[in-house]
Amino acid sequence: MLTQINCLGTSFFLFLIGMFGLFLNQKNILVMLMSLEIMFLALSFNWILSSIYLDDIVGQIFALLILTVTAAESSIGLAILVIYYRIRSTVTVELMNLTKG
Amino acid sequence: MYLMIIILPLLGALITGFAGRWLGNYGAGIFSTCCVLFTFFISLLAFYEVGITGVSCYITLFTWIESGTFKVNWSFLFDSLTVVMLIVITSISSLVHVYSIKYMEEDPHVPRFMAYLEIFTFFMIILVTANNLIQLFLGWEGVGLASYLLINFWHTRLLANQSAIKALVINRIGDIGLSLGILTLLYMFHSVEYSIIFACVSSFTDYYFNIFYLKIHGLTLAGIFLFIGALGKSAQLGLHTWLPDAMEGPTPVSALIHAATMVTAGVFLIVRFSPLLEYSSFLLFILTIFGSITAFFAAVTGAFQNDLKKVIAYSTCSQLGYMIFACGLSNYHVSMFHLSNHAFFKALLFLSAGSVIHAISDEQDMRKMGSLVRLLPLTYSLMLIGSLTLAGFPFLAGFYSKDFIIELSQVTGYVNLNVSYGLFACWLGTSAIFFTSFYSFRLIYLTFLNNSNSSRITFLNIHEASWLMIIPLMILAFGSIFIGYLTKDLFIGFGSDFWGSSIFVFPYNSYNLEAEWLTPILKWIPFFISVTGIFFASLLNIYALSFYLNFQYNKFLSFLAFLSSKKWYWDKIYNDLIVKSLMNFGYKISFRNIDRGFIELSGPLGLSYLVRSFSTYIAFIQTGQLNHYIFFIIISCVVLFSLFLPSLIFNFKLNSYILGVFWILIFFI
Repeated sequence: MLTQINCLGTSFFLFLIGMFGLFLNQKNILVMLMSLEIMFLALSFNWILSSIYLDDIVGQIFALLILTVTAAESSIGLAILVIYYRIRSTVTVELMNLTKG
Repeated sequence: MYLMIIILPLLGALITGFAGRWLGNYGAGIFSTCCVLFTFFISLLAFYEVGITGVSCYITLFTWIESGTFKVNWSFLFDSLTVVMLIVITSISSLVHVYSIKYMEEDPHVPRFMAYLEIFTFFMIILVTANNLIQLFLGWEGVGLASYLLINFWHTRLLANQSAIKALVINRIGDIGLSLGILTLLYMFHSVEYSIIFACVSSFTDYYFNIFYLKIHGLTLAGIFLFIGALGKSAQLGLHTWLPDAMEGPTPVSALIHAATMVTAGVFLIVRFSPLLEYSSFLLFILTIFGSITAFFAAVTGAFQNDLKKVIAYSTCSQLGYMIFACGLSNYHVSMFHLSNHAFFKALLFLSAGSVIHAISDEQDMRKMGSLVRLLPLTYSLMLIGSLTLAGFPFLAGFYSKDFIIELSQVTGYVNLNVSYGLFACWLGTSAIFFTSFYSFRLIYLTFLNNSNSSRITFLNIHEASWLMIIPLMILAFGSIFIGYLTKDLFIGFGSDFWGSSIFVFPYNSYNLEAEWLTPILKWIPFFISVTGIFFASLLNIYALSFYLNFQYNKFLSFLAFLSSKKWYWDKIYNDLIVKSLMNFGYKISFRNIDRGFIELSGPLGLSYLVRSFSTYIAFIQTGQLNHYIFFIIISCVVLFSLFLPSLIFNFKLNSYILGVFWILIFFI
């Protein structure tokens, strides 16, 4: 059933889950990255569904672009994570508080 | 010619003041003396022209202030009142100048001194020749300033500083009164010129100010303010405390301030405003009461002072009281007569006191003097003349004016005159006579006739002053003997039209004739009382020991004597009640609590505190925790969107579903 409500609702709740995952989690930076991935996924899902609903190809092109950006982003993020782990030998989010105001 | 009277002293002051360095001590003295002497001669001419031949003279120079219909000119008025004051001021001032050449000989700052004396004379002349109130106020303030400079002449002395400040500040209290009076008159008459005010007064008798439903008589209000001005300048009771302290200046200064110039300004103001004061019986009542209390109070206080100059200072205060209550009894011409006589004998007393002080190496305490009659016979005889005149001895200057004032106050006993409050003045004035003659002769005895109490070294160095100091004294002595007799018929004679239009008295307030028909016993009373005072002083000093002992045993009398020797603790009361509380208010409340407290806290200091503490709180938000940052990012995204929300709501193009999504978003977050 491809209605507007379904399109927006699915992607929205997916986005919401990703967002909650971002800031309810205080332990693992890996989980954070994964939540970020979910948010991107929700976005591209939204693009795709909308493109089908509106019968327009541009949405899918954008979804493809987002896919590549996400891949690049997650690779860089994981690289940072690895470097961070090498220095601190931990990936706990709570302990990343060196930059206080 | 008339303008020379005003310009010469100013010129003398400026040249002596600024070029004194090149003139030198004697040069400055002689130059300034010449200036005042010329002024004196010119004012004699003016006296002849205005006073004797009866031609009032108005001179208008140019506009000073012009604003709409309000216009103040630089203009000068020479009528009988002015020329009498001019004669008094310039004669006494020139004698004081001559005297100071020798008296201040060893002082390093003679040019400055002469310049101050001269500027004092100048401001006084401005005061008396003024044609409008603003110009009078200029002279009034200038005289106060000059008195400050003169009292503070030896400015390295702390006492001189303190008393100069005291003189200036207390005078300023009176000046506030005077300026309020000027404003009131300006409000009522829309002008500050004498001629306009005095011409309009009679149509303002029913003029009332409505202040908070209180009806205040306009003329009385203005008169009260003017009287407050006179109260400060003429050292009447209440604001008299600066006068004895003004003795810290050099003696010629005291002679100038107390005899001729400063203190007479208040009386002059009252006499000048006689056309206004006559219309307010309440004001005349106030004048009588204040004047008589001052006369009595100062005479009693003077009788127990030990400082040579303070005795004379209190006698000045007392005589000014006589003048003021003579004004209160509507006898302005008698008041002026007493003023001119008083100028002569008071200058004589002060300058001879200066001569005594000069002779015995600057000792002022009378208890450390004595036996000077053998060493300073000339000064003694001059001082005796002065004291006899002050005590109102028959046929000397004081007799003609002071006894006449007393006679006038005795007349007020007649019921049909409706001035029964004058009896109060009569009692106090008459009893003040006793104290007047008592302290005059106490001074003579302690200084000249008793056994000496000074040390051998000072005693060996005593010498009569040089002729430059003696000649002014002799002239003043001649003045105090003859001036009363010579000018009696001119000033207060019956039907004398000398005063012309300068003094205004209602016919029903004028009772000179009744004074002439008093019973002889009443006319003799002042003489008997003053002789009693002289007799009492002699008794006290000849049979001193036994009386002093009795005096000491009488607890009550000795307490009273102690109290009056401490000036009735006026200064203490003023200091404790007013000065200290005002100082405390100034420091604690207006400085510490308001200026440094409230205003700073709500202004610069408080604002910077606020910003600093607020910014620390904001900086706490930045915790370093990643998820807090994310939280804030999302919150601010939501806030940003919700800013657009109202426009979305009122713009129905969008689907209500999207709105619902936003609401859900907000709800979850």
